[in-house]
Amino acid sequence: MIEDFSSLFHGFGVAMQPFNIGVMFLGIILGVLIGVLPGLGGANGVAILLPLTFSMSPTSAIIMLSCIYWGALFGGAITSVLFNIPGEPWSVATTFDGHPMAQKGQAGEALTAAFTSSFVGALFAVIMITLVAPLVASFALRFGPPEQFSVYFLAFCSFVGMSKEPPFKTVAAMFVGFALAAVGLDSITGQLRLTFGFESLLNGFDFLIAVIGLFGIGEILLTMEEGLSFKGRSAGINAKVVWETWKRLPRYWMTSLRSCIIGCWMGVSPAGATPASFMSYGIAKRTSRNGANFGKGEIEGVVAPETAAHAAGTAALLPMLSLGVPGSPTAAVLLGGLLIWGLQPGPLLFVEQKEFVWGLIASMYLGNIVGLIVVLTCVPLFAAILRIPFSIIAPIILVICAIGAYTVHNSVFDVMLMMVFGVLGYLLKKCNYPLAPMVLAIVLGDKAEENFRQSLLASQGKLGIFFSNALVSTIMTLGLIALFWPLISNGLARLRTRTAA
Amino acid sequence: MTCSPKHVGLGAVAALWAATSLAPLPASAAWEPSRPVEFIIPAGPGGGADIMARTIQGIVTKHNLMSQPMVVINKSGGAGGEGFLDVKNSAGNPHKIIITLSNLFTTPMATGIPFNWKDLTPVAMLALDEFVLWVNAEKPWKTAKEFVDAAKAANGTFRMSGTGSKQEDQIITEALQKATAAKFIYIPQRGGGAVAVQLVGNHAESTVNNPNEAVSHWKADKVRPLCVFDSKPMPYKAKITATMSWSDIPTCKSQGLDIEYLMLRGIFMSPGATKDQVDYYINLFNKVRQTPEWKDLMENGAFNQTVMTGKDYADWVANEEKRHQQLMKDAGFLHTN
Repeated sequence: MIEDFSSLFHGFGVAMQPFNIGVMFLGIILGVLIGVLPGLGGANGVAILLPLTFSMSPTSAIIMLSCIYWGALFGGAITSVLFNIPGEPWSVATTFDGHPMAQKGQAGEALTAAFTSSFVGALFAVIMITLVAPLVASFALRFGPPEQFSVYFLAFCSFVGMSKEPPFKTVAAMFVGFALAAVGLDSITGQLRLTFGFESLLNGFDFLIAVIGLFGIGEILLTMEEGLSFKGRSAGINAKVVWETWKRLPRYWMTSLRSCIIGCWMGVSPAGATPASFMSYGIAKRTSRNGANFGKGEIEGVVAPETAAHAAGTAALLPMLSLGVPGSPTAAVLLGGLLIWGLQPGPLLFVEQKEFVWGLIASMYLGNIVGLIVVLTCVPLFAAILRIPFSIIAPIILVICAIGAYTVHNSVFDVMLMMVFGVLGYLLKKCNYPLAPMVLAIVLGDKAEENFRQSLLASQGKLGIFFSNALVSTIMTLGLIALFWPLISNGLARLRTRTAA
Repeated sequence: MTCSPKHVGLGAVAALWAATSLAPLPASAAWEPSRPVEFIIPAGPGGGADIMARTIQGIVTKHNLMSQPMVVINKSGGAGGEGFLDVKNSAGNPHKIIITLSNLFTTPMATGIPFNWKDLTPVAMLALDEFVLWVNAEKPWKTAKEFVDAAKAANGTFRMSGTGSKQEDQIITEALQKATAAKFIYIPQRGGGAVAVQLVGNHAESTVNNPNEAVSHWKADKVRPLCVFDSKPMPYKAKITATMSWSDIPTCKSQGLDIEYLMLRGIFMSPGATKDQVDYYINLFNKVRQTPEWKDLMENGAFNQTVMTGKDYADWVANEEKRHQQLMKDAGFLHTN
């Protein structure tokens, strides 16, 4: 342990060299730009910039790559808040309250809350990695197919009944999402399904295209109908907004702490940042005193998903380093970068490549601090984007959306698909169908199905496998409680009034 | 990196370049890419093909082997069908190459996606990937025979974790069942890395991971290799664990399991490529093979370093297609409508 700390301080020494600090700033700025462009995404961005690092020493290269990763994580929140376009799957939950805040003229507050929460979440996860890395790695190994499924189950359940719309509409939207997620290759039988012979449908419906369309294009269509201007134009923009927001944030320490724990757990398990952000939002809405205001621009609704997403995104690096399983596509590309430098992720990386690992962990601390400074100084700048007249910015957003949709698979078909989703998103919104459950189902539907069927294969069809050990039973029970919470809390309330009477 | 090895590398490259550019074909200017070359991977990030392609991209960029950039793109949809169709539909575009795995054969056979390797232009076989039978190191089985006996005694409850459905790992599992009369539950995962972790976490009794997918866990003594599905042991003698090297793993045949399976790691390009264009890429990959990074990759992944081009390569692929047709048919994996 003592030895580890001295390694960590040595790592800080390496990361603090002026050249490496410069590399950090460069990486963060590039990362933020990548995160801002929807579709380009962290994975593509890191892949494109990977060759840039070949002229550096391995340590500087890894610092740069991981800083691009942090930057992309930070940047994803910007478009979610300003334009309702989540650049990454885990930013979807940020739009629920972040964008309404921007519409109320509080874009600065929303961005500050998002960035600060990201920082807190990531910091919490890094501290966890520093202190209990080996312990956590072995915990990750306990997650087989049934355990993975139970996590997705919990994510879905903590989401049902959250919407103010009739539950029937939530369920309907979710099932449309499941149907869309089922298109393409059935990974269990190796057969194509629901493609109707169209080659373009081989890939199924990519989450990003659906989201860019449903949220981004749909939002622009709605704005056009409502008078061709952003509602958030009146935003008062000054540098003090950061301080003002920071004064409010400590009030939500309970939400933050809970989100950090959810995030770390999801990141390590490794279900990833997306279920973490949704689950954390769902639970925050249930437990918060202001729960009824969630979705209308409640700052707590930004804190919860952002904290969890970043805790998860950071914690996900641990299974990647110690087991070689990347928790996200971006992490996968980062993994490729490590391999090119001759670093073989695996159980022995922490033993054989001590210097590298602790250098990376040190750069996580510093990279996050640098990232926070960079993005916070830019908050007024970002918020000012909303002051640009709609007639100028809307075409630019459309073009960026189209480029984003195209880059996912380099296919023009996807751009048209995005437009279709845009119209669909507009119509669903007009009919008051909630989009979030649909998106959640598109993102996690096929993974949940896959793990469900893998479990049943192993158990030869017995559902008992989902209650076969303490870990999986606990998570499943939590899921069931979340699913029936409205009924349970009703019952409890009635019981209480009866005893009172 | 110091200066000297780089210079040696560049020198060797320059010499090779001179030799190959002087030798074949008359003076007509040899073909060279005039815009970025797309390198398609018909599989997701993090797998064996992806690692190899990204390493090649790294080598090409680092050693300046191409005047144009090389862009790596994952097109994994439809078990890789997306990538193959993309190249098939790019006839006459010499700026598109693709790395293959066994899904070159298995994907069209299992899904009916309309393409065949003959639609593409063969360039070169880079290497063949080995398959090894792995079990968790905590388990008592030390030899393939002990494992098979245990599997038989378990009465069809042993779980075999593998990459994809109706692809190479499941073909080997089928062959194993046929050869031993033991029954396995095959559980498909998305990629080789995930498969290895399932084994380490005891969520499966065995896997047939490629060496580079399992090597880091083997080094840490978490998994144990029982035998390799090749005709002769692997040649790499450097110790991986305290006691064993790749060459110490016996062949499955010597253990009474008469199964051989190797997977193509080869390059194809779009249809209708000219000889000049194919030669350019053959030459490029010859240069890639001379670099220390490539040698590291080969040794780390214990690859079978068979290299082929031209007619040899096409014949090998044609033969392999026939073999897969038979294997898939026997297993009942062929697509029917």
